Amino acid sequence: MSDDLSFFFLLMSNGLLIGLMYSLIALGFVLVYKATDAINFAQGEFVMIAGFVTAGALMVWGAPLWVAVALALVSLVAFGFVLERVMLRRLIGRPVIAVVMATIGLAAILRGVGPFVIFSGTKPLPLPIRDEPFMLGPIFIPPIQLLGAGVSLAFLAGFGWFFLKSRKGIAMRAVADNQQVAMAMGIDVERYFGVAWAMTGVVSALGGILWGNLLGVDVNLALVGFKVFPVVILGGLDSIPGAIIGGLIVGVVENIAAGYVDPYVGGGTKDFAPYVLMILALMIRPYGIFGKRIIERV
Amino acid sequence: MLGLNNVEVIYDGVILVLKGVSLNVRDGGITTLLGANGAGKTTTLKAVSGLLRSERGDVTKGSIEFSGERIDRLPPHAVVRRGIVQVFEGRRVFEHLTTEENLIAGAHIQKDRQRVAGGIERVYEYFPRLKERRSVQSGYLSGGEQQMLVIGRALMANPHVMLLDEPSLGLAPMLVEEIFGIVQQLNRQEKLTVLLVEQNAALALTIAEHGYVMENGRIVLDGSADALRENPDIKEFYLGLTEVGARRSYRDVKHYKRRKRWLS
Ligand SMILES: Nc1ncnc2c1ncn2[C@@H]1O[C@H](COP(=O)(O)OP(=O)(O)O)[C@@H](O)[C@H]1O
Ligand SMILES: [Mg+2]
Repeated sequence: MSDDLSFFFLLMSNGLLIGLMYSLIALGFVLVYKATDAINFAQGEFVMIAGFVTAGALMVWGAPLWVAVALALVSLVAFGFVLERVMLRRLIGRPVIAVVMATIGLAAILRGVGPFVIFSGTKPLPLPIRDEPFMLGPIFIPPIQLLGAGVSLAFLAGFGWFFLKSRKGIAMRAVADNQQVAMAMGIDVERYFGVAWAMTGVVSALGGILWGNLLGVDVNLALVGFKVFPVVILGGLDSIPGAIIGGLIVGVVENIAAGYVDPYVGGGTKDFAPYVLMILALMIRPYGIFGKRIIERV
Repeated sequence: MLGLNNVEVIYDGVILVLKGVSLNVRDGGITTLLGANGAGKTTTLKAVSGLLRSERGDVTKGSIEFSGERIDRLPPHAVVRRGIVQVFEGRRVFEHLTTEENLIAGAHIQKDRQRVAGGIERVYEYFPRLKERRSVQSGYLSGGEQQMLVIGRALMANPHVMLLDEPSLGLAPMLVEEIFGIVQQLNRQEKLTVLLVEQNAALALTIAEHGYVMENGRIVLDGSADALRENPDIKEFYLGLTEVGARRSYRDVKHYKRRKRWLS
Protein backbone atom coordinates (compact mmCIF):
# COMPACT_ATOMS: atom_id res chain seq x y z
CA MET A 1 0.00 0.00 0.00
CA SER A 2 1.31 3.45 -0.83
CA ASP A 3 2.24 5.81 1.94
CA ASP A 4 -0.38 8.29 0.82
CA LEU A 5 -3.13 5.76 1.09
CA SER A 6 -2.06 4.45 4.46
CA PHE A 7 -1.82 8.04 5.75
CA PHE A 8 -5.40 8.55 4.57
CA PHE A 9 -6.60 5.39 6.33
CA LEU A 10 -4.87 6.46 9.49
CA LEU A 11 -6.59 9.85 9.43
CA MET A 12 -9.94 8.21 8.73
CA SER A 13 -9.74 5.58 11.46
CA ASN A 14 -8.59 8.13 13.98
CA GLY A 15 -11.33 10.52 12.88
CA LEU A 16 -14.07 7.92 13.12
CA LEU A 17 -13.06 6.75 16.60
CA ILE A 18 -12.62 10.25 17.99
CA GLY A 19 -15.87 11.16 16.23
CA LEU A 20 -17.77 8.53 18.20
CA MET A 21 -16.37 10.04 21.38
CA TYR A 22 -17.81 13.38 20.27
CA SER A 23 -21.09 11.58 19.62
CA LEU A 24 -21.19 10.47 23.25
CA ILE A 25 -20.96 14.03 24.52
CA ALA A 26 -23.39 15.25 21.89
CA LEU A 27 -25.80 12.57 23.11
CA GLY A 28 -25.92 14.38 26.45
CA PHE A 29 -26.98 17.55 24.68
CA VAL A 30 -29.51 15.73 22.48
CA LEU A 31 -31.18 13.91 25.40
CA VAL A 32 -31.98 17.17 27.15
CA TYR A 33 -33.04 18.97 24.01
CA LYS A 34 -35.23 16.08 22.89
CA ALA A 35 -37.11 15.79 26.14
CA THR A 36 -37.21 19.35 27.46
CA ASP A 37 -36.41 21.70 24.54
CA ALA A 38 -33.63 23.21 26.65
CA ILE A 39 -30.37 24.10 24.93
CA ASN A 40 -27.55 23.21 27.30
CA PHE A 41 -24.53 25.42 26.79
CA ALA A 42 -22.85 23.80 29.79
CA GLN A 43 -22.50 20.32 28.24
CA GLY A 44 -18.70 20.66 28.07
CA GLU A 45 -18.62 21.75 31.70
CA PHE A 46 -20.67 18.71 32.73
CA VAL A 47 -17.97 16.57 31.13
CA MET A 48 -15.25 18.62 32.80
CA ILE A 49 -16.80 18.27 36.25
CA ALA A 50 -17.06 14.51 35.75
CA GLY A 51 -13.35 14.49 34.90
CA PHE A 52 -12.58 16.51 38.04
CA VAL A 53 -14.59 14.17 40.25
CA THR A 54 -12.99 11.03 38.82
CA ALA A 55 -9.41 12.35 38.74
CA GLY A 56 -9.89 13.90 42.17
CA ALA A 57 -11.09 10.62 43.63
CA LEU A 58 -8.23 8.69 42.01
CA MET A 59 -5.33 11.07 42.44
CA VAL A 60 -6.21 13.25 45.43
CA TRP A 61 -8.19 10.91 47.67
CA GLY A 62 -6.55 7.71 46.42
CA ALA A 63 -9.82 5.86 45.81
CA PRO A 64 -9.87 2.69 43.70
CA LEU A 65 -11.03 3.08 40.11
CA TRP A 66 -14.48 1.55 40.55
CA VAL A 67 -15.21 3.89 43.44
CA ALA A 68 -14.07 6.86 41.37
CA VAL A 69 -16.25 5.86 38.41
CA ALA A 70 -19.25 5.17 40.63
CA LEU A 71 -18.75 8.50 42.36
CA ALA A 72 -18.65 10.31 39.01
CA LEU A 73 -21.85 8.59 37.86
CA VAL A 74 -23.74 9.16 41.09
CA SER A 75 -22.70 12.78 41.48
CA LEU A 76 -23.47 13.71 37.87
CA VAL A 77 -26.89 12.02 37.98
CA ALA A 78 -27.68 13.79 41.24
CA PHE A 79 -26.42 17.04 39.78
CA GLY A 80 -28.71 16.64 36.74
CA PHE A 81 -31.74 15.98 38.96
CA VAL A 82 -31.06 18.86 41.31
CA LEU A 83 -30.29 21.27 38.51
CA GLU A 84 -33.62 20.51 36.86
CA ARG A 85 -35.42 20.88 40.15
CA VAL A 86 -33.96 24.15 41.39
CA MET A 87 -33.10 25.98 38.19
CA LEU A 88 -34.60 24.71 34.97
CA ARG A 89 -38.09 23.94 36.23
CA ARG A 90 -38.56 27.61 36.98
CA LEU A 91 -37.66 28.48 33.42
CA ILE A 92 -40.31 26.26 31.79
CA GLY A 93 -42.47 28.31 29.49
CA ARG A 94 -40.06 31.25 29.45
CA PRO A 95 -38.38 32.39 26.24
CA VAL A 96 -35.60 30.07 24.98
CA ILE A 97 -33.04 32.75 25.69
CA ALA A 98 -33.67 32.41 29.43
CA VAL A 99 -32.47 28.80 29.45
CA VAL A 100 -29.57 29.63 27.14
CA MET A 101 -28.35 32.41 29.43
CA ALA A 102 -28.89 30.31 32.54
CA THR A 103 -26.79 27.44 31.18
CA ILE A 104 -24.07 29.83 30.01
CA GLY A 105 -23.97 31.21 33.55
CA LEU A 106 -23.89 27.69 34.92
CA ALA A 107 -20.95 26.86 32.64
CA ALA A 108 -18.95 29.77 34.04
CA ILE A 109 -19.75 28.74 37.60
CA LEU A 110 -18.73 25.11 36.99
CA ARG A 111 -15.43 26.20 35.44
CA GLY A 112 -14.78 28.08 38.66
CA VAL A 113 -16.04 25.45 41.08
CA GLY A 114 -14.10 22.46 39.65
CA PRO A 115 -10.59 23.76 40.31
CA PHE A 116 -11.64 25.60 43.44
CA VAL A 117 -13.32 22.71 45.24
CA ILE A 118 -11.57 19.62 43.87
CA PHE A 119 -8.03 20.44 42.75
CA SER A 120 -6.13 23.06 40.80
CA GLY A 121 -3.67 22.49 37.98
CA THR A 122 -3.76 19.52 35.61
CA LYS A 123 -4.08 15.91 36.79
CA PRO A 124 -3.99 12.73 34.75
CA LEU A 125 -6.90 10.31 34.82
CA PRO A 126 -5.25 6.92 34.42
CA LEU A 127 -7.31 3.92 33.32
CA PRO A 128 -6.06 0.33 33.48
CA ILE A 129 -5.70 -0.11 29.73
CA ARG A 130 -2.49 -0.47 27.76
CA ASP A 131 -0.76 2.55 26.26
CA GLU A 132 0.79 1.04 23.12
CA PRO A 133 -1.53 1.30 20.15
CA PHE A 134 -2.90 -1.72 18.33
CA MET A 135 -1.28 -2.06 14.91
CA LEU A 136 -3.52 -3.03 12.02
CA GLY A 137 -1.39 -2.84 8.91
CA PRO A 138 -0.74 0.87 8.36
CA ILE A 139 -3.31 1.88 10.93
CA PHE A 140 -2.53 2.21 14.59
CA ILE A 141 -5.28 2.59 17.14
CA PRO A 142 -4.75 3.85 20.68
CA PRO A 143 -6.66 1.56 23.07
CA ILE A 144 -8.41 4.50 24.77
CA GLN A 145 -9.97 5.47 21.46
CA LEU A 146 -11.21 1.94 20.98
CA LEU A 147 -12.66 1.88 24.48
CA GLY A 148 -14.19 5.33 23.95
CA ALA A 149 -15.76 4.35 20.65
CA GLY A 150 -17.09 1.11 22.18
CA VAL A 151 -18.65 2.84 25.19
CA SER A 152 -20.14 5.51 22.93
CA LEU A 153 -21.70 3.01 20.57
CA ALA A 154 -23.12 0.99 23.45
CA PHE A 155 -24.80 4.02 25.02
CA LEU A 156 -25.99 5.47 21.73
CA ALA A 157 -27.58 2.13 20.87
CA GLY A 158 -29.01 1.78 24.38
CA PHE A 159 -30.65 5.18 24.40
CA GLY A 160 -31.75 4.72 20.79
CA TRP A 161 -33.58 1.55 21.79
CA PHE A 162 -35.02 3.23 24.87
CA PHE A 163 -36.65 6.05 22.90
CA LEU A 164 -37.86 3.89 20.06
CA LYS A 165 -39.17 0.82 21.85
CA SER A 166 -39.71 1.28 25.58
CA ARG A 167 -42.92 2.76 26.95
CA LYS A 168 -41.03 5.26 29.08
CA GLY A 169 -39.03 6.33 26.04
CA ILE A 170 -42.20 6.83 24.01
CA ALA A 171 -43.64 8.87 26.90
CA MET A 172 -40.53 11.04 26.86
CA ARG A 173 -40.91 11.65 23.15
CA ALA A 174 -44.56 12.52 23.75
CA VAL A 175 -43.46 15.07 26.34
CA ALA A 176 -41.01 16.52 23.83
CA ASP A 177 -43.72 16.67 21.19
CA ASN A 178 -46.38 18.46 23.21
CA GLN A 179 -46.08 19.02 26.94
CA GLN A 180 -49.68 19.99 27.60
CA VAL A 181 -51.14 17.04 25.73
CA ALA A 182 -48.66 14.74 27.49
CA MET A 183 -49.95 16.07 30.82
CA ALA A 184 -53.50 15.34 29.69
CA MET A 185 -52.48 11.71 29.14
CA GLY A 186 -51.42 11.43 32.76
CA ILE A 187 -47.72 11.81 32.08
CA ASP A 188 -45.92 13.59 34.90
CA VAL A 189 -43.98 15.94 32.64
CA GLU A 190 -41.71 17.40 35.29
CA ARG A 191 -40.57 13.98 36.43
CA TYR A 192 -39.47 13.17 32.90
CA PHE A 193 -37.58 16.44 32.69
CA GLY A 194 -35.63 15.34 35.75
CA VAL A 195 -35.01 11.91 34.20
CA ALA A 196 -33.68 13.51 31.00
CA TRP A 197 -31.19 15.64 32.95
CA ALA A 198 -30.14 12.62 34.97
CA MET A 199 -29.53 10.65 31.76
CA THR A 200 -27.40 13.51 30.53
CA GLY A 201 -25.51 13.18 33.80
CA VAL A 202 -24.73 9.51 33.03
CA VAL A 203 -23.48 10.29 29.54
CA SER A 204 -21.44 13.25 30.77
CA ALA A 205 -19.82 11.15 33.49
CA LEU A 206 -18.64 8.58 30.95
CA GLY A 207 -17.53 11.33 28.57
CA GLY A 208 -15.56 12.97 31.35
CA ILE A 209 -13.74 9.75 32.23
CA LEU A 210 -12.84 8.92 28.62
CA TRP A 211 -11.90 12.42 27.53
CA GLY A 212 -10.16 13.03 30.85
CA ASN A 213 -7.94 10.03 30.19
CA LEU A 214 -7.18 11.28 26.68
CA LEU A 215 -6.53 14.94 27.46
CA GLY A 216 -5.78 15.12 31.19
CA VAL A 217 -8.10 16.93 33.60
CA ASP A 218 -8.15 20.68 34.04
CA VAL A 219 -10.48 23.51 33.09
CA ASN A 220 -9.62 23.06 29.41
CA LEU A 221 -11.41 19.71 29.40
CA ALA A 222 -14.61 21.74 29.05
CA LEU A 223 -13.49 22.78 25.57
CA VAL A 224 -14.58 19.41 24.12
CA GLY A 225 -18.08 20.76 24.71
CA PHE A 226 -17.59 23.18 21.84
CA LYS A 227 -17.47 20.26 19.46
CA VAL A 228 -21.04 19.45 20.44
CA PHE A 229 -22.45 22.32 18.38
CA PRO A 230 -21.21 21.27 14.94
CA VAL A 231 -22.12 17.67 15.78
CA VAL A 232 -25.73 18.42 16.69
CA ILE A 233 -26.27 20.99 13.96
CA LEU A 234 -25.05 18.51 11.37
CA GLY A 235 -26.98 15.57 12.77
CA GLY A 236 -30.10 17.30 14.09
CA LEU A 237 -30.60 18.68 17.59
CA ASP A 238 -32.98 15.95 18.69
CA SER A 239 -31.71 12.89 16.85
CA ILE A 240 -29.65 10.05 18.32
CA PRO A 241 -28.63 8.61 14.92
CA GLY A 242 -27.88 12.22 14.03
CA ALA A 243 -25.49 12.48 16.98
CA ILE A 244 -23.64 9.42 15.69
CA ILE A 245 -23.42 10.64 12.09
CA GLY A 246 -22.62 14.23 13.15
CA GLY A 247 -19.88 13.00 15.46
CA LEU A 248 -18.34 10.82 12.75
CA ILE A 249 -18.41 13.71 10.26
CA VAL A 250 -16.82 16.14 12.70
CA GLY A 251 -14.14 13.63 13.71
CA VAL A 252 -13.23 12.83 10.12
CA VAL A 253 -13.30 16.43 8.90
CA GLU A 254 -11.07 17.47 11.76
CA ASN A 255 -8.52 14.80 11.03
CA ILE A 256 -8.53 15.36 7.30
CA ALA A 257 -8.03 19.08 7.87
CA ALA A 258 -5.21 18.40 10.32
CA GLY A 259 -3.53 15.92 7.99
CA TYR A 260 -3.84 17.63 4.61
CA VAL A 261 -4.42 21.34 5.20
CA ASP A 262 -2.50 22.14 8.37
CA PRO A 263 0.97 21.37 6.90
CA TYR A 264 0.46 24.16 4.34
CA VAL A 265 -0.97 26.84 6.58
CA GLY A 266 0.97 26.10 9.72
CA GLY A 267 -1.80 24.45 11.76
CA GLY A 268 -5.11 25.45 13.32
CA THR A 269 -7.59 24.39 10.61
CA LYS A 270 -8.49 21.32 12.69
CA ASP A 271 -10.23 23.55 15.18
CA PHE A 272 -12.38 25.57 12.85
CA ALA A 273 -13.07 23.20 9.95
CA PRO A 274 -16.10 21.64 11.71
CA TYR A 275 -17.57 25.10 12.23
CA VAL A 276 -17.28 25.95 8.54
CA LEU A 277 -19.23 22.79 7.90
CA MET A 278 -21.74 23.71 10.61
CA ILE A 279 -22.45 27.10 9.06
CA LEU A 280 -22.86 25.54 5.63
CA ALA A 281 -25.24 22.99 7.15
CA LEU A 282 -27.30 25.74 8.77
CA MET A 283 -27.65 27.45 5.43
CA ILE A 284 -28.63 24.31 3.54
CA ARG A 285 -30.42 22.04 5.98
CA PRO A 286 -31.46 23.77 9.18
CA TYR A 287 -33.02 20.67 10.75
CA GLY A 288 -29.81 18.69 10.41
CA ILE A 289 -29.51 15.38 8.63
CA PHE A 290 -31.94 13.55 10.92
CA GLY A 291 -33.56 16.36 12.90
CA LYS A 292 -37.33 16.45 13.09
CA ARG A 293 -39.17 18.77 10.84
CA ILE A 294 -42.12 20.86 11.81
CA ILE A 295 -44.94 19.12 10.03
CA GLU A 296 -47.10 21.37 7.91
CA ARG A 297 -50.21 19.80 6.52
CA VAL A 298 -52.49 21.33 3.96
CA MET B 1 -71.03 11.77 39.00
CA LEU B 2 -68.96 14.76 37.91
CA GLY B 3 -70.17 18.10 39.16
CA LEU B 4 -69.08 21.71 39.05
CA ASN B 5 -70.42 23.95 41.79
CA ASN B 6 -70.30 27.67 41.23
CA VAL B 7 -66.82 27.52 39.69
CA GLU B 8 -64.93 30.73 39.07
CA VAL B 9 -61.75 30.68 36.96
CA ILE B 10 -59.18 33.44 36.68
CA TYR B 11 -56.22 33.48 34.28
CA ASP B 12 -53.01 35.32 35.10
CA GLY B 13 -54.45 36.49 38.40
CA VAL B 14 -56.70 39.08 36.71
CA ILE B 15 -58.62 37.73 33.71
CA LEU B 16 -61.97 36.46 35.00
CA VAL B 17 -63.28 33.87 32.53
CA LEU B 18 -65.71 31.57 34.35
CA LYS B 19 -68.13 33.50 36.54
CA GLY B 20 -69.77 30.88 38.71
CA VAL B 21 -70.44 27.83 36.54
CA SER B 22 -72.49 24.94 37.88
CA LEU B 23 -73.19 21.81 35.90
CA ASN B 24 -73.63 18.09 36.41
CA VAL B 25 -72.51 15.26 34.17
CA ARG B 26 -74.61 12.19 34.76
CA ASP B 27 -72.82 8.85 35.01
CA GLY B 28 -73.15 6.81 31.83
CA GLY B 29 -74.73 9.66 29.88
CA ILE B 30 -73.74 12.15 27.23
CA THR B 31 -73.98 15.75 28.39
CA THR B 32 -73.26 18.59 26.03
CA LEU B 33 -71.94 22.07 26.71
CA LEU B 34 -72.85 24.49 23.94
CA GLY B 35 -71.76 28.03 23.32
CA ALA B 36 -70.16 30.42 20.89
CA ASN B 37 -66.45 30.96 20.51
CA GLY B 38 -64.83 32.44 23.61
CA ALA B 39 -67.71 31.53 25.92
CA GLY B 40 -65.43 29.58 28.26
CA LYS B 41 -66.19 25.99 27.25
CA THR B 42 -62.58 24.88 26.90
CA THR B 43 -61.71 26.65 30.14
CA THR B 44 -64.43 24.62 31.85
CA LEU B 45 -62.90 21.36 30.62
CA LYS B 46 -59.41 22.44 31.66
CA ALA B 47 -60.69 23.30 35.12
CA VAL B 48 -61.88 19.70 35.44
CA SER B 49 -58.76 18.05 33.99
CA GLY B 50 -56.39 20.16 36.06
CA LEU B 51 -54.66 21.57 33.01
CA LEU B 52 -55.58 25.16 33.85
CA ARG B 53 -52.46 25.58 35.93
CA SER B 54 -50.23 24.89 32.94
CA GLU B 55 -51.75 28.08 31.48
CA ARG B 56 -51.55 30.07 34.69
CA GLY B 57 -55.26 29.72 35.31
CA ASP B 58 -56.83 28.94 38.66
CA VAL B 59 -60.13 27.82 40.15
CA THR B 60 -60.59 30.69 42.58
CA LYS B 61 -64.10 29.92 43.83
CA GLY B 62 -66.43 26.97 43.97
CA SER B 63 -65.50 23.32 43.71
CA ILE B 64 -65.32 20.42 41.29
CA GLU B 65 -66.28 16.99 42.57
CA PHE B 66 -66.04 13.53 41.08
CA SER B 67 -67.53 10.50 42.83
CA GLY B 68 -67.77 12.46 46.04
CA GLU B 69 -64.15 13.64 46.00
CA ARG B 70 -62.92 17.18 45.38
CA ILE B 71 -60.64 17.20 42.36
CA ASP B 72 -60.08 20.90 41.65
CA ARG B 73 -56.75 20.94 43.47
CA LEU B 74 -55.32 17.82 41.80
CA PRO B 75 -52.52 17.85 39.21
CA PRO B 76 -53.51 16.57 35.73
CA HIS B 77 -51.95 13.11 36.13
CA ALA B 78 -53.91 12.54 39.33
CA VAL B 79 -57.15 13.48 37.54
CA VAL B 80 -56.38 11.02 34.72
CA ARG B 81 -55.76 8.31 37.33
CA ARG B 82 -59.23 8.94 38.75
CA GLY B 83 -60.68 8.20 35.33
CA ILE B 84 -61.24 11.59 33.69
CA VAL B 85 -59.46 12.32 30.45
CA GLN B 86 -59.60 15.42 28.26
CA VAL B 87 -59.51 15.33 24.46
CA PHE B 88 -58.35 18.73 23.22
CA GLU B 89 -59.94 20.68 20.43
CA GLY B 90 -57.87 20.95 17.28
CA ARG B 91 -56.80 17.26 17.05
CA ARG B 92 -53.59 17.57 18.96
CA VAL B 93 -51.81 14.33 18.13
CA PHE B 94 -48.16 13.81 19.09
CA GLU B 95 -47.26 14.52 15.52
CA HIS B 96 -43.75 13.08 15.51
CA LEU B 97 -44.97 9.78 16.96
CA THR B 98 -46.64 7.08 14.90
CA THR B 99 -50.32 6.27 15.32
CA GLU B 100 -49.54 3.28 17.52
CA GLU B 101 -46.95 5.19 19.57
CA ASN B 102 -49.62 7.81 20.24
CA LEU B 103 -51.85 5.05 21.62
CA ILE B 104 -49.02 3.67 23.76
CA ALA B 105 -48.36 7.15 25.16
CA GLY B 106 -52.09 7.41 25.92
CA ALA B 107 -51.81 4.29 28.08
CA HIS B 108 -49.17 5.86 30.28
CA ILE B 109 -51.04 5.28 33.54
CA GLN B 110 -51.61 1.61 32.67
CA LYS B 111 -48.83 -0.50 34.18
CA ASP B 112 -49.85 -3.88 32.80
CA ARG B 113 -48.42 -4.52 29.30
CA GLN B 114 -51.10 -7.07 28.45
CA ARG B 115 -53.78 -4.48 29.13
CA VAL B 116 -52.02 -1.97 26.90
CA ALA B 117 -51.99 -4.45 24.04
CA GLY B 118 -55.67 -5.21 24.67
CA GLY B 119 -56.46 -1.51 24.75
CA ILE B 120 -54.82 -0.97 21.39
CA GLU B 121 -56.90 -3.79 19.88
CA ARG B 122 -60.06 -2.26 21.33
CA VAL B 123 -59.23 1.11 19.75
CA TYR B 124 -58.59 -0.58 16.40
CA GLU B 125 -61.99 -2.27 16.63
CA TYR B 126 -63.74 1.05 17.00
CA PHE B 127 -61.48 2.81 14.49
CA PRO B 128 -60.37 0.23 11.88
CA ARG B 129 -58.82 3.00 9.83
CA LEU B 130 -56.28 3.63 12.58
CA LYS B 131 -55.11 0.04 12.32
CA GLU B 132 -54.32 0.49 8.64
CA ARG B 133 -52.36 3.61 9.53
CA ARG B 134 -50.70 2.22 12.67
CA SER B 135 -47.09 2.90 11.68
CA VAL B 136 -47.63 6.24 9.94
CA GLN B 137 -46.22 9.32 11.65
CA SER B 138 -49.41 10.87 13.00
CA GLY B 139 -48.60 14.38 11.80
CA TYR B 140 -49.26 13.08 8.31
CA LEU B 141 -52.69 11.54 9.01
CA SER B 142 -55.81 13.19 7.58
CA GLY B 143 -57.88 15.45 9.82
CA GLY B 144 -60.52 12.78 10.37
CA GLU B 145 -57.94 10.14 11.21
CA GLN B 146 -56.30 12.50 13.67
CA GLN B 147 -59.63 13.14 15.39
CA MET B 148 -60.15 9.38 15.66
CA LEU B 149 -56.63 9.01 17.01
CA VAL B 150 -57.05 11.56 19.79
CA ILE B 151 -60.29 9.90 20.87
CA GLY B 152 -58.64 6.46 20.68
CA ARG B 153 -55.62 7.70 22.57
CA ALA B 154 -57.85 9.00 25.36
CA LEU B 155 -59.60 5.60 25.51
CA MET B 156 -56.22 4.02 26.24
CA ALA B 157 -56.36 5.54 29.72
CA ASN B 158 -59.51 3.48 30.35
CA PRO B 159 -61.52 6.51 31.45
CA HIS B 160 -64.92 6.69 33.14
CA VAL B 161 -65.44 10.19 31.81
CA MET B 162 -64.26 11.68 28.53
CA LEU B 163 -64.14 15.45 28.14
CA LEU B 164 -64.48 15.89 24.39
CA ASP B 165 -63.73 19.35 23.00
CA GLU B 166 -65.24 20.27 19.61
CA PRO B 167 -64.58 17.03 17.74
CA SER B 168 -66.49 18.36 14.71
CA LEU B 169 -64.28 21.40 14.18
CA GLY B 170 -63.04 21.64 10.61
CA LEU B 171 -64.18 18.18 9.51
CA ALA B 172 -66.44 17.23 6.60
CA PRO B 173 -70.06 16.54 7.68
CA MET B 174 -69.89 12.86 6.80
CA LEU B 175 -66.81 12.32 8.91
CA VAL B 176 -68.39 14.24 11.76
CA GLU B 177 -71.40 11.95 11.68
CA GLU B 178 -69.16 8.88 11.66
CA ILE B 179 -67.23 10.13 14.66
CA PHE B 180 -70.35 11.11 16.58
CA GLY B 181 -71.72 7.65 15.84
CA ILE B 182 -68.66 6.06 17.39
CA VAL B 183 -68.88 8.33 20.44
CA GLN B 184 -72.45 7.18 20.90
CA GLN B 185 -71.36 3.55 20.55
CA LEU B 186 -68.62 4.05 23.15
CA ASN B 187 -71.17 5.55 25.47
CA ARG B 188 -73.51 2.59 25.11
CA GLN B 189 -71.10 -0.33 24.89
CA GLU B 190 -68.30 0.82 27.17
CA LYS B 191 -70.51 2.79 29.59
CA LEU B 192 -68.34 5.81 28.84
CA THR B 193 -69.62 9.05 30.33
CA VAL B 194 -69.12 11.96 27.94
CA LEU B 195 -69.04 15.72 28.41
CA LEU B 196 -69.21 16.97 24.84
CA VAL B 197 -68.31 20.57 24.06
CA GLU B 198 -69.67 21.73 20.71
CA GLN B 199 -70.52 24.73 18.61
CA ASN B 200 -72.49 22.44 16.32
CA ALA B 201 -75.57 22.41 18.54
CA ALA B 202 -77.84 20.57 16.10
CA LEU B 203 -75.59 17.55 16.00
CA ALA B 204 -74.61 17.59 19.66
CA LEU B 205 -78.27 17.62 20.74
CA THR B 206 -78.98 14.50 18.69
CA ILE B 207 -76.62 12.33 20.73
CA ALA B 208 -76.73 14.10 24.12
CA GLU B 209 -79.46 13.61 26.67
CA HIS B 210 -78.87 16.84 28.53
CA GLY B 211 -77.34 20.16 27.55
CA TYR B 212 -76.03 23.41 28.95
CA VAL B 213 -75.62 26.68 27.08
CA MET B 214 -72.75 28.92 28.02
CA GLU B 215 -72.33 32.62 27.30
CA ASN B 216 -69.56 34.83 28.58
CA GLY B 217 -68.47 32.45 31.31
CA ARG B 218 -71.97 31.77 32.61
CA ILE B 219 -74.50 29.00 32.08
CA VAL B 220 -77.52 30.81 30.60
CA LEU B 221 -79.73 27.83 29.81
CA ASP B 222 -79.94 24.17 30.60
CA GLY B 223 -82.33 21.32 30.04
CA SER B 224 -82.92 17.98 28.40
CA ALA B 225 -81.79 17.72 24.79
CA ASP B 226 -85.42 17.57 23.64
CA ALA B 227 -86.35 20.68 25.57
CA LEU B 228 -83.33 22.55 24.26
CA ARG B 229 -84.09 21.58 20.69
CA GLU B 230 -87.55 23.05 21.12
CA ASN B 231 -86.36 26.18 22.92
CA PRO B 232 -87.02 29.21 20.72
CA ASP B 233 -83.69 30.88 21.55
CA ILE B 234 -81.70 27.79 20.71
CA LYS B 235 -83.75 27.28 17.57
CA GLU B 236 -83.19 30.81 16.39
CA PHE B 237 -79.62 31.35 17.36
CA TYR B 238 -77.76 28.05 17.58
CA LEU B 239 -79.72 25.75 15.35
CA GLY B 240 -80.48 28.54 12.90
CA LEU B 241 -76.86 29.47 12.80
CA THR B 242 -75.65 25.98 12.13
CA GLU B 243 -78.38 24.87 9.77
CA VAL B 244 -78.58 27.84 7.46
CA GLY B 245 -75.01 29.06 7.92
CA ALA B 246 -73.61 32.05 9.66
CA ARG B 247 -75.55 34.63 7.63
CA ARG B 248 -78.52 35.09 9.94
CA SER B 249 -79.64 38.68 10.22
CA TYR B 250 -78.17 40.93 12.80
CA ARG B 251 -81.65 41.55 14.19
CA ASP B 252 -81.92 37.91 15.26
CA VAL B 253 -78.67 38.14 17.12
CA LYS B 254 -79.74 41.31 18.83
CA HIS B 255 -82.98 39.68 19.81
CA TYR B 256 -81.05 36.79 21.26
CA LYS B 257 -78.86 39.14 23.23
CA ARG B 258 -81.95 40.82 24.66
CA ARG B 259 -83.33 37.47 25.66
CA LYS B 260 -80.03 36.45 27.11
CA ARG B 261 -79.85 39.49 29.33
CA TRP B 262 -83.26 38.62 30.57
CA LEU B 263 -82.22 35.05 31.20
CA SER B 264 -79.08 35.83 33.16
N1 LIG C 1 -54.56 30.79 28.82
C1 LIG C 1 -55.38 31.85 28.81
N2 LIG C 1 -54.99 33.03 29.33
C2 LIG C 1 -55.81 34.10 29.30
N3 LIG C 1 -57.04 34.08 28.79
C3 LIG C 1 -57.51 32.93 28.25
C4 LIG C 1 -56.70 31.76 28.24
N4 LIG C 1 -57.40 30.77 27.65
C5 LIG C 1 -58.60 31.31 27.32
N5 LIG C 1 -58.67 32.60 27.68
C6 LIG C 1 -59.82 33.49 27.49
O1 LIG C 1 -60.94 32.93 28.11
C7 LIG C 1 -62.09 33.10 27.31
C8 LIG C 1 -62.75 31.76 27.09
O2 LIG C 1 -61.90 30.95 26.31
P1 LIG C 1 -62.20 29.43 26.02
O3 LIG C 1 -62.44 28.74 27.29
O4 LIG C 1 -61.11 28.92 25.15
O5 LIG C 1 -63.57 29.54 25.21
P2 LIG C 1 -64.28 28.51 24.22
O6 LIG C 1 -63.64 27.19 24.37
O7 LIG C 1 -65.71 28.52 24.64
O8 LIG C 1 -64.12 29.06 22.84
C9 LIG C 1 -61.65 33.79 26.04
O9 LIG C 1 -61.97 35.16 26.13
C10 LIG C 1 -60.18 33.60 26.01
O10 LIG C 1 -59.55 34.71 25.43
MG1 LIG D 1 -62.69 26.10 22.93
